[in-house]
Amino acid sequence: MRSDGIASDLSALARLWKLFASVNLTIVLLLTLATTSIIGTLIPQNEAPAAYFETFGAVLYRTFSLLGFFDLYHSWWFRALILMLVANIVVCSIDRLQSTWKIIFVRHPRFNLARYRQLKNRADSIHDSDAEQLKALYQPVIARRFRYHRTEETAEGFAIYGERGRWTRLGVYIVHFSVVLLLIGGLIGSILGFEGYVNIPEGESAQSIQLSNSNQKLQLGFEVRCDDFNVDFYDTGAPKEFRSSLTIFKQGKAVMQKDIIVNDPLRYEGISFFQSSYGPMPPNEAILNFTSKATGMIYSKRAILNTPLFIAEDLGTFVLQKYTRQANFRGHNIGEAFVGLLTPLNGSAVEVMLPLKFPSFDRMRKGNVFIAVADYIPRYYTGLQVSKDPGIWVVYAGFILMIVGIYITFFMSHQQVCIDVARQGEKSRIMVAGTSNKNKLEMQKKVIKLSERLIGITADD
Amino acid sequence: MNSSMILSIITFVYGLAGFLYIFAWVFKKPAVGQLATWIALIGWVGNTAGILMRWVESYQMGIGHAPFSNLYESLVFFAWTIALIYLVIERKADNRVIGAFTMPIAFLAMAYAALRTGITNEIQPLIPALKSNWLIAHVITCFIGYAAFATAFGISAMYLIKQGRDEEQIGWLDFAKPLTLFIFMLLFSRVLLANNWVMSAIIALPICLVFYIGVFLARRMPEDLKKRLLAMFPEPVILDELGYQMTLFGFLFLSIGIISGAVWANSAWGRYWGWDPKETWSLVTWFIYATMLHARLMRGWRGKRIAYLSLVGFAAVLFTYFGVNLLPGLHSYGALGQ
Repeated sequence: MRSDGIASDLSALARLWKLFASVNLTIVLLLTLATTSIIGTLIPQNEAPAAYFETFGAVLYRTFSLLGFFDLYHSWWFRALILMLVANIVVCSIDRLQSTWKIIFVRHPRFNLARYRQLKNRADSIHDSDAEQLKALYQPVIARRFRYHRTEETAEGFAIYGERGRWTRLGVYIVHFSVVLLLIGGLIGSILGFEGYVNIPEGESAQSIQLSNSNQKLQLGFEVRCDDFNVDFYDTGAPKEFRSSLTIFKQGKAVMQKDIIVNDPLRYEGISFFQSSYGPMPPNEAILNFTSKATGMIYSKRAILNTPLFIAEDLGTFVLQKYTRQANFRGHNIGEAFVGLLTPLNGSAVEVMLPLKFPSFDRMRKGNVFIAVADYIPRYYTGLQVSKDPGIWVVYAGFILMIVGIYITFFMSHQQVCIDVARQGEKSRIMVAGTSNKNKLEMQKKVIKLSERLIGITADD
Repeated sequence: MNSSMILSIITFVYGLAGFLYIFAWVFKKPAVGQLATWIALIGWVGNTAGILMRWVESYQMGIGHAPFSNLYESLVFFAWTIALIYLVIERKADNRVIGAFTMPIAFLAMAYAALRTGITNEIQPLIPALKSNWLIAHVITCFIGYAAFATAFGISAMYLIKQGRDEEQIGWLDFAKPLTLFIFMLLFSRVLLANNWVMSAIIALPICLVFYIGVFLARRMPEDLKKRLLAMFPEPVILDELGYQMTLFGFLFLSIGIISGAVWANSAWGRYWGWDPKETWSLVTWFIYATMLHARLMRGWRGKRIAYLSLVGFAAVLFTYFGVNLLPGLHSYGALGQ
């Protein structure tokens, strides 16, 4: 009974192995991945549930949600498909590598003359010279074209074998290995790395960032300050450049300073900061004009948020309190405005509203001093994408191997040729035959070319 | 004389070359075929000059950048690559009928760039995201890939025409074919020509109809005429092999294109892969061609099945190229209206 159990376990394992060693599975998996990937491009990913509910209605929403269509590429079944594809690739490669290995690593390649003589890809011709003479002439020609070559005596004359590119049979394993590297690199990135963002107003700094895939914040272990942000536009109105000047502080000391633009991030301690967005901040200072009712004099002063200003002629104290995007005056939206508090020398404080669109608005108050905004400096925050990916070098290695591997697999081949020279009286009969494991049409042309080259050779050459 | 003018003229030159290739094939006039080759070559040289001039002009405007930054420029480069690949094939395969099936694609790309509303031929300044050394590498490799697949598409179509109806029939395909054709044409017109589905259906229906009338007439063609027309095609084995070689070439360059895009994305956005629709569709295309290569090399698929897969693959290429503009995403540089 027990041995039966083990046997069936073994056969189950063997069957599983056989399943994953099949190219049919590869085809099914590739096509399934192709079709399911499309779904994720048709349904916008990772949006608010309410938006989905509105678009699809209750039933579809629940179905899609259950199937993970709203975050398809991270759903368990999509990951399972990718994992199965990689398992498929690995098993297929191991399964076939053994036999390829035996072909590649032989010390003395065997050549079967009879087989070459039966090849279709063959060119026969007659040369005027004697076979012995030709041997010395032909050997260097083959040696130049093929890394491995060997001459053997035959009953009628001699045969030269040439071979090259045995190792190119490994190309496909390089491609498959590169896919495994991509998966490993991706896993390292998702386990040890992170992706997030942070908005830093000009002049301020941040010590933590917001993670993208959770509500958590992440402490950076250092401080990033945005010294300055600038946006340039072309005459057409299209953006030309977004530039943030960043300084990194480690334990209070500035350790790095760099201006970043799109495509040129700052990297510090393996963490990269990418210019990603920007936006307006409420300005925190303005140039204000105070007009005295008594004398008509205008006093221009720079007001900084929450810093009291003493107005000349003992007109009082003014504190700039806030900036609002949409100020409300008696139920009307009067647009952007500063709001401040005016405290006359003797009297109670009054709130003063200074809408940017209406400079003489404050005249209506009919106070002793009339205040207007002469100018203010717009302030921005810079939006930074922050990421750390320790797996990136594994991924890049995978990229390079994939390109190299695809090139080897499809554009190089394992080629063998045989030149069979037989005496025929004074003359020699020459047969050139060749095989390759890929691109057989090209090999046919090669054989014809080589044959023409050999016929053209004479002792004078 | 500026680059836009030259490129408009090149549109007609490609059109003429395509027409002459077809003429030489249908009326069996080798001399016209030779003329077609010269005209195609002139077109390609002019196309090259147009691209280079556009490059220079952008520097004269003070917004210098390689001319690969919007839909118009990409279409011009697409046509350039198709013409180049075709001319090389013509030399290697020594057959001009292929020109009747590939040069019109180059012409259509140029004509589409010139005529479609929403495609501007103005030289525009680069937006910050495109200011990168990766722009040239990424766009060139992707479009060499696309053009190779376009050529493979033309050759696969030739293969299917050459084989006609024979024993190698796949039964269920007979039902699926007209429907599939209509769906593809509907998508095609929605993506490329019309802004709504009704209009697309109105365009797609006559295209399908014309196609089937063509098939109907071709089947009732006198035997000797049919034979003569097909005799000038390369042998099926050669077509199969050529299509396969083009697919390999395209696959290599698509891979490099996707990879260069990933490296670029990592330096611009901090991630090498984000399942953005364009990225995803390029991967879908890659999957389809990877399937085809595995089926061919490991399962021994040849002929019609491979040719059909090549058609589907090219549909995916077109969707990656144009269709993605209909979907939301970051990758909108090549979109209409840009």
